[in-house]
Amino acid sequence: MPPNAPAAAPKDNREKLLERAMSRHQYSGDALIEVLHTAQELYGFLSPHLLTAIAHKLRLPPSRVLGVASFYHFFSLKPKGEHTFTVCLGTACYVAGALGLVERLEKRCCKAGTTTPDGKVSVETARCIGSCGLAPAVIYDGAVLARVTPEGLDRELERIGAK
Amino acid sequence: MTVEDLLEKQTEETERQAALENRILCCTAAGCVSCGADGIRGAIAGEIKAQGREGKVEVCGTGCMGLCSQGPLVLSAADRKLYGNVTAADAAALVSPNPIDRQALAPREIDLGAPFFIKQTKIVLANSGRVDPERLDDYIAAGGYQALAKALNEMTPKETVEAVRKSGLRGRGGAGYPTGLKWELVAKQAAPVKYVVCNADEGDPGAFMDRSVLEGDPHRVLEGMAIAGYAVGAQQGYIYVRGEYGLAIQRLQTAIKQAEREHLLGSRILEQGFQFRIDLRIGAGAFVCGEETALIASIEGKRGQPRQRPPYPPESGLWGAPTLINNVETFANIPAIVEKGAEWFSAIGTANSKGTKVFALAGKIVNTGLIEVPMGATLREILFEIGGGIPSGKFKAAQTGGPSGGCIPEQFLDVPVDYESLARIGSIMGSGGLIVMDETSCMVDVARFFMEFCMEESCGKCIPCRTGTVQMYDILRRMTTGEADEDDLAMLKGLSELLRETSLCGLGQTAPNPVVSTLKYFAGEYEAHIRDHRCPAGHCGLEAKEATR
Repeated sequence: MPPNAPAAAPKDNREKLLERAMSRHQYSGDALIEVLHTAQELYGFLSPHLLTAIAHKLRLPPSRVLGVASFYHFFSLKPKGEHTFTVCLGTACYVAGALGLVERLEKRCCKAGTTTPDGKVSVETARCIGSCGLAPAVIYDGAVLARVTPEGLDRELERIGAK
Repeated sequence: MTVEDLLEKQTEETERQAALENRILCCTAAGCVSCGADGIRGAIAGEIKAQGREGKVEVCGTGCMGLCSQGPLVLSAADRKLYGNVTAADAAALVSPNPIDRQALAPREIDLGAPFFIKQTKIVLANSGRVDPERLDDYIAAGGYQALAKALNEMTPKETVEAVRKSGLRGRGGAGYPTGLKWELVAKQAAPVKYVVCNADEGDPGAFMDRSVLEGDPHRVLEGMAIAGYAVGAQQGYIYVRGEYGLAIQRLQTAIKQAEREHLLGSRILEQGFQFRIDLRIGAGAFVCGEETALIASIEGKRGQPRQRPPYPPESGLWGAPTLINNVETFANIPAIVEKGAEWFSAIGTANSKGTKVFALAGKIVNTGLIEVPMGATLREILFEIGGGIPSGKFKAAQTGGPSGGCIPEQFLDVPVDYESLARIGSIMGSGGLIVMDETSCMVDVARFFMEFCMEESCGKCIPCRTGTVQMYDILRRMTTGEADEDDLAMLKGLSELLRETSLCGLGQTAPNPVVSTLKYFAGEYEAHIRDHRCPAGHCGLEAKEATR
């Protein structure tokens, strides 16, 4: 098991599930992105240990695996907070005042792209999530919140007990 | 499934639906889902049971009904009444056979005779909002997979390519390359292995057409790809879909499984010799992967960096094999073209732009949502008739084509929307995002916004794009903070030219477009920022900064 894995995640058959994903693609290097998707789903983020293990199994240079993992925004090399707020900064959301939402989250939690020191909240920004009819939109732990206001964010933060 | 089975299934399902007293259709596209559509659907299903109406009334989910701003939307099919802002508390009234119970809903009824509905022409979205994207039978009842059957039984691959060429269909991803020519190029390659790739990496900010098509009518895209596979001689297809589009991915997976089970995909399609498999590849959040050579690299499990063309993908694409890459909307047009014929399709639209185009309306507009109009409709028709106009204030500009496009000012509202006309006024058709801005939007800031986007999404392979976007962004940023001077403006213009001429791929080549078009039509705003340290739209807050200086 890789170090720094989220403590809350069950200590179960994640290794086996990852192995199954790789064998489904016959351990082909072409399937690297699929494998990284699965790994991130299972572990929450891609630790150096995990990347090395994948490189070994797929017979790829570790540099290639890190190169791919760091190229794509979707892959996270650091652990995420318990809750994640992703503010959409697509054009429609931008025009509708999404920057104000980022400012509020940065003021109350942490800078965009980081996690609060207590590991409670991660703040992220996204490039258009395709929910332009609902602008400004925020993804809160995977669910899209529509027409969000800074006050609405305050309420969510209070509900989850963020400082 | 044979062709006879297909027709039988269609009759059977159509009769089953006709025998029902009512079908209640809930929009379950991403927009309505995020305002609670799933709960409403569940409540209606519960109510059908509670009122003992099983077998008489049916509830099902559908794709996008278009008017996202009034979601969640529910359509009562028997009396063709559409309701907006529905809540779970309305379920009983919707299910009830007594029309009096519906009175509470009456104020929220949406007029289906309104310009938003009657001014549209639907080909790609014909089934969206009418069929359940998770039920194959629904798609078959609407005539689905009959175009594939027609191609396999009545047409040679060559005739199929010819039909697409004659239809005049052009790529809906933005560049508008004639689809038939692309198919022809791939078809005439003598390679043993070829691929068909569907580009569903819709990354333009402000665009959600492809997402809606995949969520609302996934089988249409699969059918279009299978016809393409038959026409060009490929047996394997890939759909490269954005990782952010969870619902679309899930519905595609369901649709592929259903189609394979019924031999509409996979081996022995419609009990004939043709075989075609489709696999999904999930993107990982890189805008540049919408560029075809970068997309190919990404499917191969590499960093999504573009490469020099030629060779173009029709000659050497995925793993070096001839590869046909088309956009979601392009494939979604194919079944209708094959079924109804090239002449029918080419009768819609303008001289050089045939058919329809799907647009995602967003920004400062009354009817945000998804629309489909014939090519050649004017912006005025799209924004003020279908879109319902600007909620308050005055129209300033419409942005098309995302970070590769431009801003269209008021004086061009009557220009017909087709590939050539938009290019002439300094914008592009793009993939179909249409964002409306009123006088509170600052054009310099909009240019800065798009440049920031391109800067962050630049893959870093070629120098003009990697460093040029950073420099241009910095100048634009300083303009919005009142720190730029005349030299910066000259530098900005020079860099625009440089990036356009020397970048490797479309991302860098088109990155200056928003700057160039705003400079052309809103030069006064740039001057105000530079000379007077003033933002005419009052957006950049320069006056406040000036006062504290």
